[in-house]
Amino acid sequence: MAVQKVYSSPDDALADIFDGATVMIGGFGSFGGLPINLITALSRQGAKNLTIIANAGGVGFELSKRIKPEGYQDIGILFEKGQVKKFIGSMPALGGMPPTAPIEKAYNKGKIAIEMVPQGTLAERIRAGAGGLGGFYTPVGVGTIVEAGKEKKLINGKEYILELPLVADFALIKAHKADTLGNLVYRGTARCFNPVMAMAARVTIVEVDKLVPPGELDPEAVVTPHVYVDRVVEVTK
Amino acid sequence: MKMRLDEQVVALRAAREFEDGSVVNLGYGMPALCANLIPEGRTIFFQSENGILGYGSLATDEEKDYELINASDQPVTPLAGMCFFDSAASFDMIRGGHIDIVVLGAYQVSAKGDLANWGRPDRPATGMGGGMDLATGAKKVIVTMLHTTKEGKPRIVKECTYPITARQCVALIVTDLAVIEVSKQGLVLKEIAPGWTVEEVQALTEPRLAVAADLKEITL
Repeated sequence: MAVQKVYSSPDDALADIFDGATVMIGGFGSFGGLPINLITALSRQGAKNLTIIANAGGVGFELSKRIKPEGYQDIGILFEKGQVKKFIGSMPALGGMPPTAPIEKAYNKGKIAIEMVPQGTLAERIRAGAGGLGGFYTPVGVGTIVEAGKEKKLINGKEYILELPLVADFALIKAHKADTLGNLVYRGTARCFNPVMAMAARVTIVEVDKLVPPGELDPEAVVTPHVYVDRVVEVTK
Repeated sequence: MKMRLDEQVVALRAAREFEDGSVVNLGYGMPALCANLIPEGRTIFFQSENGILGYGSLATDEEKDYELINASDQPVTPLAGMCFFDSAASFDMIRGGHIDIVVLGAYQVSAKGDLANWGRPDRPATGMGGGMDLATGAKKVIVTMLHTTKEGKPRIVKECTYPITARQCVALIVTDLAVIEVSKQGLVLKEIAPGWTVEEVQALTEPRLAVAADLKEITL
């Protein structure tokens, strides 16, 4: 018999995230694609000294109203609660927003470290980690602060820098539908960072709009095969 | 004060560079306006790094779907033939040279076409997003920006003082005063805003501008 992966609530699904854990959080930055129910559950659960790997650091509830008028919770809540020691991502704070996002306030007060990674390099580092690779050479960042301290290599006359893989203890993922085995399909641009992160963590926890029995998802349309998924929880929209 | 072009007009001028059938990525701010300003009769495939190819215009309030957004967090409209993919695949597309044009905003562009568009000295927590990947990988980089800072200082400079996004990547600069091409010989003033002289634009531009033999007024 297959392992039981279905959890009854976001809180149950991530109860064992421990202090000091590295946690990938899917999504792009704003509302679509963020596992908001898992993020708020993690804020209630209270694990501390977390390293968060995500594309964006979130804007917090107040600034989120500029993106979606009714507002929404995002990764910002984890900085507000002082649960994060390090953030790895491409857009910790947004230059187009006022400097009041929780991550920006936390950084300016010296409470967190930030590792800034170009967005494509972030995705590829996660894919490398997921696929068991030792890293890759990319031209992105050559001649910028990103190359500092990294191995450089000329390949066919072009300069590249070595980027290393990223993996995590946990990944918090948003998908549209899952079957009870953990096969996932996504909706629209809510796909973004979710599939690569789902593959790169020791424990992958997914919130979905709809949970269905095996056989209901078109096998041709499955984006994330169930082997990568450990826990699934259905949430109401 | 002399009239400068407004953001819509700058975006409209940039969008005229989109050839029929091209794949175009639009950066945050002024560039994103280009989605609504495609020259008539041309089909443009807009790619956005969050994993979408072939979206339409920016969505109205009634059309908003937050699972159908561009990389500036703006809901967009679906078009027939649109497709979705994950972030890793999206940046394969970008780094691999499958994007014809990217339009990006900038704090500064240098005489050699170095781009500085992400880091602000007063905002150390802001990041580069996909800007470095796009500026490195797209076949052509067009910058849209205001010609000067709020204090009236040139944004087109001899050497960038802001953090670099990518070196020698910019091909064309469209500002509220001018259209300037980055060539191997240096910056070439191709078009100028109505009512402005070459001398006036040069005075607000740090490197020396060569003037194109066929210098034109910016028309739309």
